[in-house]
Amino acid sequence: MMALIDAKNLKKTFGSITAVNNISLSLDVGEVVGFLGPNGAGKSTTMKMLTGFLDPDAGTVDINDINLMDDPIKAKSLIGYLPEGAPAYSDMTVYSFLNFVGLMRGLKDKKLIQRLDEMAKTINLSEVWNQPIETLSKGYKRRVGIAQALIHDPQILILDEPTDGLDPNQKHEMRKLIKSISSNKGIIISTHILEEVEAVCSRTIIISNGKLLLNKNTNELLKNKKTTLDEVFRKITTTSSK
Amino acid sequence: MKIYFEKILYIFLREFNGYFRTPLASIFLLVFLALSAGMCFFMGQFFQRGQADLNSFFIWHPWLFLVLMPAIGMRLWAEERKSGTIELLVTLPVTNTQLVVGKFVASWFFTFIALILTTPIWFTVNYLGEPDNGVIFISYVGSWLMAGCFLALSSCLSTLTKNQVIAFIISTISCFILVMAGFGLILSSVRSWAPIWVTETITSLSFLSHFKRIQFGVLDLTTLVFFLSMIILCLWINIQLVQIKKAD
Repeated sequence: MMALIDAKNLKKTFGSITAVNNISLSLDVGEVVGFLGPNGAGKSTTMKMLTGFLDPDAGTVDINDINLMDDPIKAKSLIGYLPEGAPAYSDMTVYSFLNFVGLMRGLKDKKLIQRLDEMAKTINLSEVWNQPIETLSKGYKRRVGIAQALIHDPQILILDEPTDGLDPNQKHEMRKLIKSISSNKGIIISTHILEEVEAVCSRTIIISNGKLLLNKNTNELLKNKKTTLDEVFRKITTTSSK
Repeated sequence: MKIYFEKILYIFLREFNGYFRTPLASIFLLVFLALSAGMCFFMGQFFQRGQADLNSFFIWHPWLFLVLMPAIGMRLWAEERKSGTIELLVTLPVTNTQLVVGKFVASWFFTFIALILTTPIWFTVNYLGEPDNGVIFISYVGSWLMAGCFLALSSCLSTLTKNQVIAFIISTISCFILVMAGFGLILSSVRSWAPIWVTETITSLSFLSHFKRIQFGVLDLTTLVFFLSMIILCLWINIQLVQIKKAD
């Protein structure tokens, strides 16, 4: 079976800084990959390359066997993406924003109405449906971001810090949602919260200084009950920066 | 192919409706109508001239557009870059061409509405006398084409910065240079050292001289090609700039 994402030897430099240095990773159906790393490790840059926002200086990205460079439109249509900070058009209402993204994603008529309805229910947006996004709380804004990423029911979800700014209850809900939709999708989540990785991710990837330091099954990683992910993370990322 | 244009339409509609979601549209339309009428009646001495034409109305358009078009165009890309929504747009299954064209057409259509709202002055001049309506119609078309050039240039330049005020200032200055291209102010700085063909090329870029011909009712192929190719060139550069600057 082909991988949903197959990225090989990605490299990206900004001036003299190498943000991503030779990172390869893959994502399969049913997997939730936790993308961990200290601030400035290159998580967001990698995600931007996987979604086609940034062009890598070297390396390739295949989305479901489609080369992202050769056929970006087709490849991008398979991805749902929540960028860092969940940007959205603040002057639009939740409904008009999701409707716009839905249309751009090729949804129409009944299918669009049905998906909008599902989003309102599953992501709990009904209450603020006709409210301008700029008037929403951080938690709601994040949920609107998740909804726009999910609207076309993509095979691949790439979420850059999806639970940032949510309260504990909302975090719990978000994790439940991610778990519930993960069976027929591949999901990559970047986060700082290690317990989140333990709770929802089947695989853990740790990067630091643009380099991939660990890529392992989460259960395997925590097989030894005495080890916590927190310890693994600190051990790996501090040794690499020395 | 149908899907290709549908997506341009969705971008167009989002952008166009965006003008009306904030007070921007009403303020702009109000200022445009007040200034164009004020300039026509007071500075252009519409009544005192005693002529049934709209020369005193159109003559001010290059100067009005110089400030007002960058005001519409400045937000097109600077705002997307500042708020981060450009990341959302570019990762949608669309090309940069679709994005640039959709946004530009929205701003151009907005100007179309602004010009339509000035037509009572056309009816007035018909009530007062017997103007050459062909000339007036062509002047409207020319005015809209010129607005398109200013907008395409402003859209292109707004890609360069995240700050709308900076986008506005560089667009206004660039538009001013293009309006004044055929005049001594710009030419004298070039004439002393550049070959004649350079001076002539700069002169031919002057919006003012092209627009003057339109005001006389002459919309010839050269002028039409000039305005359309300026728009296409600016949009083409805009598309390249989106690719280069999107992640900065």
